[in-house]
Amino acid sequence: MGETAASPNFLRRIFTSSQPPLQKHARLERNATRTTSPFWVMVQKEFGDHMRSWRFIILIAIIALACIGSIYTAVTALRDGVKSEQADNSFLFLQMFTVSDGTLPTFVTFVSFLGPLVGIALGFDAVNTERNKGTLSRLLSQPIYRDDFILAKFTASLLLVAVVLYSLGFLVMGLGLFTIGYPPTPEEVMRVVLFLFVATVYVGFWLNLAILFSIRFRQAATSALSGIALWLFFTIFYSMLVGIIDKATAPADSSALSILLRHANRMLLLNRLSPAYLFSEATSTLLTPGVRSLGPLTTAQVIGAISSPLSLMQSILLSWPQLVGLIAATMICFGISYVLFMRQEVRSKG
Amino acid sequence: METSIQGAVSVTEQLEPIIELKRLTKRYDTQVAVNGLNLTIGRGEVFGLLGPNGAGKTTTILMMLGLTEPTSGSARICGLDPVRQALQIKRRVGYMPDDVGFYDDRTAIDNLMLTARLNRIPTAESWSRAQELLELVGLQEVVNKKVGTFSRGMRQRLGIADVLIKRPEVVILDEPTLGIDPEGVRELLNLISDLSRKENITVLLSSHHLHQVQQICDRVGLFVRGELIACGDIESLAEQLDDEGTVTVELEAEGWNEDLIHRLTYLSGVIAYHGPQRNELVGGSTSASATLICSRDLSSEAALEIIQSGARLNAISRKQYGLDDIYHRYFEGGDRGGRNSSKS
Repeated sequence: MGETAASPNFLRRIFTSSQPPLQKHARLERNATRTTSPFWVMVQKEFGDHMRSWRFIILIAIIALACIGSIYTAVTALRDGVKSEQADNSFLFLQMFTVSDGTLPTFVTFVSFLGPLVGIALGFDAVNTERNKGTLSRLLSQPIYRDDFILAKFTASLLLVAVVLYSLGFLVMGLGLFTIGYPPTPEEVMRVVLFLFVATVYVGFWLNLAILFSIRFRQAATSALSGIALWLFFTIFYSMLVGIIDKATAPADSSALSILLRHANRMLLLNRLSPAYLFSEATSTLLTPGVRSLGPLTTAQVIGAISSPLSLMQSILLSWPQLVGLIAATMICFGISYVLFMRQEVRSKG
Repeated sequence: METSIQGAVSVTEQLEPIIELKRLTKRYDTQVAVNGLNLTIGRGEVFGLLGPNGAGKTTTILMMLGLTEPTSGSARICGLDPVRQALQIKRRVGYMPDDVGFYDDRTAIDNLMLTARLNRIPTAESWSRAQELLELVGLQEVVNKKVGTFSRGMRQRLGIADVLIKRPEVVILDEPTLGIDPEGVRELLNLISDLSRKENITVLLSSHHLHQVQQICDRVGLFVRGELIACGDIESLAEQLDDEGTVTVELEAEGWNEDLIHRLTYLSGVIAYHGPQRNELVGGSTSASATLICSRDLSSEAALEIIQSGARLNAISRKQYGLDDIYHRYFEGGDRGGRNSSKS
């Protein structure tokens, strides 16, 4: 029943605009072309709600402070490095995002650590609060598609995340221009823009996961805790776990090269199950043009290679699988949310 | 039961049917929430769906709106199928869930405007309409106050405005009177019946509070454990209740004696006598009441017997079945059935 009902619905949806107006609702239907579609109405509403919420203001304050702090340390590190002429002067501008004098983590680390928290904070109560407050059944009795509802929640929050990340990123670039007085090349700007895009996708994954939890769990606290638990697991414990497995299963140093290589690849695969690892790989490729490979390289492969930075296209190519992996994880979460939400019965308050 | 359903259809024959449910059934894993529901509601009618908690009223409403799929059977609302054309139905049907929720940090008018925009009503038009409606439901003073500060009754009235902003053909109200004080209930119900009459809106309201619904409904349906056990206007419900054909006479008399008890018990037509027994007779002058279940109206005969036996008749009445009795009776029946089924 579900399948047969879904497909004509989907088709109808595509052709909504070309559908002939119905009876006495002709007036409404004609107006529909001039008024905002319900989907964007919901997006606007969600966006506005987030902007006004204290939760969002607090999060932004934390992240802005963290990022500006990291920029400060990066700039001092760069100055020292340039003075002592130890540092690699190529792509100096990008180093603002990736180097630190050791007092505070880098911008990238902050984004990879705090970004998921933003995602979780924006999404953990998206659906269950509406359900508990009784607004969900009222909203769904309006002429809107059910999937539009969760899609609108996701889109609004993702838009907000994108706005925040890009403004922070550009703020950092501007501050950097002022303090180090070293203009970026177009390629560097492109790399930063791409990095911010990857960061948005990464936060989008956590956002979607949080929305999934908010559909699955009726209590906002449960959903927030599960989101945070998963975040801590992936950012802190997962690498430790992989480390333990690595030690336990490592072949002897004297093993054949193929065995060592196979082991290294297996561990890499295990690591890449974590979205945090995928993100760190993608960002390091994009922000450090010197990174030439993300997997293990044998001496034979390195011999003859010219140690020069990769071009932008090559870096994108290198980080492409990681980006696709992140997007796929997001899509899977959304798919599960969709299935769960469509099957849930919407009753008022419970 | 068959007769009751046919009766219901004949009542609506003159009206264009706007809600038609045919053998609508919803089964959850183990239990049947709605069982083969047949119901037709005509345009402009005010229909009350009465039933105890958990009778399946809300499930029925959700199926009508396409918010949940029926296990079997079909529903047609405004000639549309809720499973396939849920969106068109939602455009024409206003639904107020029980304990309606609003965005607490938005003002009353903001909440209404959001609903209007979701229904694609142009801003200028919906703004004036929202103002009108808020005035209609008596919330003109708090238009720009946040809904979080509203009382239960105010929310409920805002809910009515919210339902009406899309100019619906059908309004479905789930437990609209729940948790409001009696005065508020009366205002709300008057508002609903006014609207139905003036704008020819079909109203379906569910409730477990009989007295409130009785006043404004053209017809009511009694809904117990997923089945519509009786349907019609109040009089026809009472008739349906009388299917056992008995009349209850209640009397109160002073000076009971054995002879009187004998006379009443063996009065022709009396099926059962509930009253003072012979061994209970103490003094002559105490007043006591008795109930006679009769096959026909025996109130005057019973009165005659009392007078003739020398007792003083203080009061006598033939018990008229109110909706309350009907309600109790069916709900008791439902309960008993529930206990039996759980035993077996």
